[in-house]
Amino acid sequence: MDLKGLTIAGALAGLRSGAFSSVELTRALLEAMEASQGTIHAYVTIDGAGALAQAEAADRRRAAGEDLPLLGVPIAIKDNMNVTGQPCTASSRILEGYTAPYDATVIAKLRAAGAVFLGRTNMDEFALGSTTQTSGFGPTENPVARGCIPGGSSGGSAAAVGGDLALAALGSDTGGSIRQPASHCGIVGVKPTYGRVSRYGIVACASSLDQVGPMTKTVEDAALLMNVLSGKDPMDATSLDEPVPDYTQAWAGADPEKPLAGMTLGIPAEYFGEGLDPEVAALTERAKARAEALGAALRPVSLPHAGYGIPTYYICMTAEVSANLARFDGVRYGMRAPCEDVTEQYKRTRAEGFGAEVKRRVLLGTFVLSSGYYDAYYNRAQKVRTLIRRDFEAAFAQCDLLLAPVTPEPAWPLGVYQDDPIRNYLSDVLTVGVNLAGCCALSLPAGTTAAGKPVGVQLIGPNFGEMALFRAAKALELPRA
Amino acid sequence: MDYEVVIGLETHVQLKTATKMFCGCGTSFGASPNSHVCPVCLGYPGALPTMNREAIRYTVMAGLMLGCKIAQYAKFDRKNYFYPDSSKDYQITQLDYPLCLGGGVEIAGEGGARKTVRIHHIHLEEDVGKLTHRAGCSGVDFNRAGTPLMEIVSQPDLRSADEAIAYLTALREMMIYAGVSECNLEEGNMRSDVNVSLRPRGQEAYGTKVEIKNMNTFSGIHAALLFEIARQKAALDAGRAIVQETRRWDTEAFETFPMRSKENADDYRYFPEPDLMPIVLSAEQIAEWAKGLPEAPAKRRERMVAQYGIPEYDAGVLSADRALADFFEATAQRCGNGKLASNWVMAEVLALTAKRGVALGDSALTPEALGDLLKLLEAKTINGPTAKALLPELFEKGGDPAAIVKERGLGQVSDTGAVEAFVDAALAANPKVVADFKAGKQAALGFLVGQVMKQSKGKASPQLVQELLRKKLA
Repeated sequence: MDLKGLTIAGALAGLRSGAFSSVELTRALLEAMEASQGTIHAYVTIDGAGALAQAEAADRRRAAGEDLPLLGVPIAIKDNMNVTGQPCTASSRILEGYTAPYDATVIAKLRAAGAVFLGRTNMDEFALGSTTQTSGFGPTENPVARGCIPGGSSGGSAAAVGGDLALAALGSDTGGSIRQPASHCGIVGVKPTYGRVSRYGIVACASSLDQVGPMTKTVEDAALLMNVLSGKDPMDATSLDEPVPDYTQAWAGADPEKPLAGMTLGIPAEYFGEGLDPEVAALTERAKARAEALGAALRPVSLPHAGYGIPTYYICMTAEVSANLARFDGVRYGMRAPCEDVTEQYKRTRAEGFGAEVKRRVLLGTFVLSSGYYDAYYNRAQKVRTLIRRDFEAAFAQCDLLLAPVTPEPAWPLGVYQDDPIRNYLSDVLTVGVNLAGCCALSLPAGTTAAGKPVGVQLIGPNFGEMALFRAAKALELPRA
Repeated sequence: MDYEVVIGLETHVQLKTATKMFCGCGTSFGASPNSHVCPVCLGYPGALPTMNREAIRYTVMAGLMLGCKIAQYAKFDRKNYFYPDSSKDYQITQLDYPLCLGGGVEIAGEGGARKTVRIHHIHLEEDVGKLTHRAGCSGVDFNRAGTPLMEIVSQPDLRSADEAIAYLTALREMMIYAGVSECNLEEGNMRSDVNVSLRPRGQEAYGTKVEIKNMNTFSGIHAALLFEIARQKAALDAGRAIVQETRRWDTEAFETFPMRSKENADDYRYFPEPDLMPIVLSAEQIAEWAKGLPEAPAKRRERMVAQYGIPEYDAGVLSADRALADFFEATAQRCGNGKLASNWVMAEVLALTAKRGVALGDSALTPEALGDLLKLLEAKTINGPTAKALLPELFEKGGDPAAIVKERGLGQVSDTGAVEAFVDAALAANPKVVADFKAGKQAALGFLVGQVMKQSKGKASPQLVQELLRKKLA
């Protein structure tokens, strides 16, 4: 039996029936993980001993008659989430040597649900990138579209799940960082509504945009994880006190022939514009046709300010990044370039510790907040952000969900466009709007290109519309190969 | 040339919340370095601030005390700058939507006339850590980092160093009264940035101002202002322009010095704090908090003079401490004689607290007990010496004065017949003293009174004894 190819639901069934133990499952994954580090490089840290100890504990608890939502289920964690006693570098050299003294709230929730933490997945440094090539510890390769980028910033998580190196993973999504790598690696990725999942303990990228979410092999697994991750956290003032439904009930009672009957899917014209790869366009059309066949009504809608998404996003995001990354100054933790003078210490620590893309964004953010430029950039971007949010609200007055591509093109080869930041930024055009608006979205495999590259389709829901997202995604989900 | 001095103060007042502004760490003073810290106040990766509602309430109370308009919408902002005492390299503060706007503090201005110093606004922010420099290294203690601070910004309404101190004294009294801060100057609970400029008298436009940063003693502020006013006057008289700059007060040299230009304000790149939701206060919430607001000390002084018929001096002493004033008022109401209550609280009770080193609130003495004791005194049920003798016991153990007096038979003997017997006995036993008195030695009477009191075991009414002695010796 190929244990590492299991889904969470499949693993839970096997663990509960006693077909295999968590230790056997974890060991199978750890072997595959170690073997793939030289090629895929999905992980920056593998905690074999810790994972096996957790697996053993889970097996003992199960033997004692206990059961929990994720008891003994091995999961990969993005390197920007604090897990007590583990390194947490956000794939940055500047955090080398830092050991997390506390659990992020999502980690505490997974721990309480019985999950096993396999290790820490590679990412773009401080989540600033969409290829995982800005990692301070080397790139990750796409396990499906070999030789290509896995996407990013949660590229390590996507590669781990897509490459059967974890049953599931946590990612974080600031402008598409869960959905885009999920699309490139052929898995499911959810960007929950802003405030649905606690951000406490996640190394902040852009506070008003960041959201943690599941990256899984199936829609059902994503729903299982969302059940554990969701809810108000007293440690995160921006988390919201909305009831948490059982997301695995989203598709319960659906008509097997027409599971999307009564649902209207909006097709935002602006997301099907120029620059969309023909194969991506064709696979998206196929998803539309399937939705219609499954009973959904399709309706053209408009997001008139979508064209301002990229500049607005890159102003809001870099502004927050410039402040959030200020604390990495060598005074309290992580890397320090020792100097006689504290100002010199700041300069050298940050010059040596941060990579080029991080520096670029900190400089951009510092610029847009500077006296004399604030109104023209930051302030104006906030106003456009409001318009973008209203676009989505207006669209959702006409439909239940939006259906659109996730990225304009499939995964490109490693190393390409690396010195062209604008080219990279533009690839976020179909995902950043959701973060600016705060609503929820999901990326779901839609098929592969002729060259075998996975392509995802994006479903976008209103605030706290995750139940509708899961219902539609479950219906549209393709059978697993 | 004759100049007018223009002074404005930005005063940081530390709130006396049990925990910090944005995390659950304690705020106690004097703990060993970095013992009251957590991932939040240390600025660890991933940590987020959460709001201390008590700090919001205290700031609103302070604002109400100063007559400010309370904002129903306020928000926090990030102030970005690199400095090792800042754990996040930005400070969470309020830039353009502070909690309180307007208001004022009444002081006795130059020449004694009452004047109101207007408050521009009060905002809430977090304190930073404390740096210690040693040979070859520096240390940071983050215990204080994240402690809630109110910044009370005055309008440039002050016209002299004395007025500045009068303002700070009144402000401090009001903050202590409102129960929002200890305002302990030694512990740095109240620190001011002082802005001062001069302008030719009669000119409307302000002169170039100089800021003296981070002053925590009133005497220091006074001295620094006197120095700075003289320095600016000399410069202006000599035709030199004042440089707009930040200076620091050197307590050794007794002079202000310009701070290095690096420490002068630059671009803080403020923007709204995305980790915190804006503060939205309903009118009902503000009204509810206002119920907990005490009467302002100045108003209370006036009322106490009118209501209890006590001298202004007494009212001033009593109202300086809210708990003492509460105690006095309760005592006065219980016994029905304000002046008597004021005499006893100010003389006897305060002397006891000083002598025993026990705060009034920590003693067993209640205003009800003291009021009852004074009632017994007024009704001449007991005499003064007995009342004074009973006070320490009530202070230590408490109790019902009427019951004690009854149980121990301490009631004053005002029965003329009984006292007369003591008087006759005393006269008979001391013929020489009687002769002295009759020979004109007034002091002899005192001795005889003492003898009678002794025989009565202190219970005879001293007035009655005197009266009877004089009659019999006449």
